[in-house]
Amino acid sequence: MTPTLQVFLIVSAALFSAGLIAALSRRHAIFILIGIEMMLAAANLNFIAFWHFNPKPQAPTGVMIAIFSIAIAAAEAAVGLALVIAVYRHYRTTSVDHLDQLKG
Amino acid sequence: MSSVAFALITILTLAAALAAATLQNLMHATLSFAVTLVGVAALFFLLGAEFVGLVLVFVYVGAVAVLIVFTILLTRRDLGKDRGANFWGAVLAVGLFGGLTWAILKTPSVAIVAPHIRALTVKRIGEALMTGYVWPLQCVGLLLTAALIGALVLVMEEKR
Repeated sequence: MTPTLQVFLIVSAALFSAGLIAALSRRHAIFILIGIEMMLAAANLNFIAFWHFNPKPQAPTGVMIAIFSIAIAAAEAAVGLALVIAVYRHYRTTSVDHLDQLKG
Repeated sequence: MSSVAFALITILTLAAALAAATLQNLMHATLSFAVTLVGVAALFFLLGAEFVGLVLVFVYVGAVAVLIVFTILLTRRDLGKDRGANFWGAVLAVGLFGGLTWAILKTPSVAIVAPHIRALTVKRIGEALMTGYVWPLQCVGLLLTAALIGALVLVMEEKR
């Protein structure tokens, strides 16, 4: 039996949930970024799976969206890690619990 | 598409993802993150999108994982303070997974097997990028340039 689209969607949902655990429960800013990257990878997996299981002969739309989304995720990772380093220079910490200057 | 290969890759990917989300040691978690992305790239290969799988390996394992390791080394003084999973975050994630799985299983139109499709060659991807998608391609190029300049400005030493 070959895997159906359902199986791929469930795998993608599991990957998204693992990323959500990392993004919600970590204190270290770098690991919140890793969680976000895992959620983006899960979204890419959905795009590719829907493209692959499209019943009609099709243009490579899903592949194109996945390529652009990978490029944007790389830009986001670069800026996010630069922000982590800038915050570390100022506060000597990368724990998001200590970044509460704007708290009312 | 071999279901044995699919099962093995899925188990490896999800185990590595859970390890990346919960391991205490930051280096080990980063390594698990890289393994997760290799697994996702293998799933892309199974789905017939070889080019995207290769791009994923080059960009994430080659660049982003190395960037994360360098950031960990640069902020090294702060290591070892991360505690494990927060209870409510884990409950929310598991609830979301349950809800999504329920919705997927209740939708009959996604229970389909793959049709026979023409292989997607790099030539076709290149033609599509240079014809129909040339405007998004230029925008992504501009975005990458702006993001890299922004990252450099953020980490430059402040003048005293």
